[in-house]
Amino acid sequence: MSAVELEHIVKTYQDGGVTAVKDFSLKVNEGELFGLIGPDGAGKTTIFRILTTLILADSGRASVNGYDVVEDYNEIRKRVGYMPGRFSLYQDLTVAENLHFFATVFKTTIEENYDMIRDIYEQIEPFKDRRAGKLSGGMKQKLALCCALIHKPEVLFLDEPTTGVDAVSRKEFWQMLDQLKKHGITMLVSTPYMDEAVRCDRIALMQQGSILAMDSPEQLVRSFSGKLYQAKSEQKHRLLKDLRKHPQVVDTYSFGEYLHLRTSNDSKEVLEALKQELLVQGHEQLVMEECAPTIEDCFIRLLNQE
Amino acid sequence: MKTLRIILKKEFRQIFRNSLLLKVIFVAPLLQLIVLPWAANYEIKNISLVVVDTDRSGFSRELVSKISASGYFVVKENTSSYEQAMAFVERDEADILLQIPTGFEKKMVRESHQKLLMVANAINGTKAIVGSAYLGSVIRDYNGKLRTEWLNGGGPAGGIEITSSNWFNPAMNYQVFMVPGILVMLVTMVGGMMSALNIVKEKEIGTIEQINVTPIRKYQFILGKLIPFWIIGMLVFSIGLLISRILYGIIPEGNLLLLYAFLAVYLIAVLGFGLLVSTYSETQQQAISIIFFFLMVFNLMSGLFTPIESMPEWAQWIARINPLTYFIDVMRMVVLKGSGLRDVWSHLAVIGGMAVFVNFWAVLNYRKTS
Repeated sequence: MSAVELEHIVKTYQDGGVTAVKDFSLKVNEGELFGLIGPDGAGKTTIFRILTTLILADSGRASVNGYDVVEDYNEIRKRVGYMPGRFSLYQDLTVAENLHFFATVFKTTIEENYDMIRDIYEQIEPFKDRRAGKLSGGMKQKLALCCALIHKPEVLFLDEPTTGVDAVSRKEFWQMLDQLKKHGITMLVSTPYMDEAVRCDRIALMQQGSILAMDSPEQLVRSFSGKLYQAKSEQKHRLLKDLRKHPQVVDTYSFGEYLHLRTSNDSKEVLEALKQELLVQGHEQLVMEECAPTIEDCFIRLLNQE
Repeated sequence: MKTLRIILKKEFRQIFRNSLLLKVIFVAPLLQLIVLPWAANYEIKNISLVVVDTDRSGFSRELVSKISASGYFVVKENTSSYEQAMAFVERDEADILLQIPTGFEKKMVRESHQKLLMVANAINGTKAIVGSAYLGSVIRDYNGKLRTEWLNGGGPAGGIEITSSNWFNPAMNYQVFMVPGILVMLVTMVGGMMSALNIVKEKEIGTIEQINVTPIRKYQFILGKLIPFWIIGMLVFSIGLLISRILYGIIPEGNLLLLYAFLAVYLIAVLGFGLLVSTYSETQQQAISIIFFFLMVFNLMSGLFTPIESMPEWAQWIARINPLTYFIDVMRMVVLKGSGLRDVWSHLAVIGGMAVFVNFWAVLNYRKTS
């Protein structure tokens, strides 16, 4: 049995005017850390809201740990933890009060499941009498995670947990998720950050309500056929224009301080010829070399194929 | 039960931590109760009067001094030019103009009747109507006196004399009449507004998302919202009753228990209304706009300020579906008259019906939206 299962889910808003998710099918295995990767508007939040029984899909079937999201929504609500994209705890209650409140509504106590949250809660415990609204962004995330975990959920839904959080806290957050895997919790995480994708067991690349590709991050990168080059020169903006104009260049885009590009023919000669041409065009300190593709490169390539 | 208890605990914590909200709930209504009754007074004093006395006789002087001695009028000017007097009315400096024609005394003695001209400035309708009525009665009084003293040579006066007495409010004290009504208005505002805003707030800041994925049942959530404000409504009412006793000396004639029983049902209806509004609004701004609209209509069409009987037929129908109408009526009946359950049970039935209706609608609509 899959921990999370979606079959041909369709969801539209505004009476069919806007399609959020189209014919979406997905299976998440038990104990897996699964990532939904995609830009804003890809339909990630809609998937979460369907799975957490907050909204109904127009058609299709979805289940969590074997419970149907429509028929058995009460069972699901007892068994899942949900951390919405927006901080949704009570800002005017303290850290400890929020945790106590959510433990009680799930008919449990903090003591009973303390081992579940210990590692995370210890970090915010010094502030337990502070109001949640007065916490920093990173600490709010930790508190929200504690509240979502306090009832020992079987499946944890995390909707963009690292959006708007600083780089250090983001890293810490993913370390916490790694720790949680040891408890055997199935996790479905969404993120717009491609660099976070590698922390997942499997990912689905999403765009405009459908899945472009779904596999482990390693496998996705491995399936990137052909060679990828990175290039830079003193005249970065002109370099991009010149490369786009060149008939041998299939695809080029900016990637950090470099430009990434693919050529129609992966041979060394083509690369050398291209390099010479660019030097003639007056590019200084030109660097052009082969590089390893990342998830983002895969995503961009898939988008261009669409 | 445990779930409901923790929700209630959370609600009370949130309310008591919000110091501004607390002031709005407790201090604002009580300040209003202390201030408003003094303003909501129909007794009109200091009516400015200009007199055009072209007679300048003993009779006319006596009439003018009698008018100013009545305590309701301030004689601004006593001139002999009509134009000059009219200018006062036009400048809005005088409310009423009284003209005593030449030969007033002579004609009065000789022909035993005379005409006076009264011009009221109707910009302020209430002042014009009440003022001319007062002036009329002072003149009538003087007329009667003249007749007995002069014309009939001290003989017994003819005509009918009317003595009136105000039952249930012997001193015709406006505060006694207004305070119970204003108290109802305040309890309604606290109950209706606070409950709606509180629920919408959870929607607006997104906390409802988190609540909706917990095993909390809808009815638990709704009860958790309504019970605190039901208790607060009772509290505000009790403090208000205490203030009206200390400040205005109003001691309910009737049974307090009956008053509270009615309040209990009434609050359910008002809170249900707040809940209904909250199901239709997404933001607190929307909710407050809707509530404000309804409260305005409810307050003005409840018989608090003007009697319902003098409204046009269609307005009377609005008053009839207005919960405030019933509670204000019951308050006045029980507090001033000492009415019992037998007298107010039909009111109670109507409010009970409204409570069931509005809550049923709210719960139905609440389900649909989330």
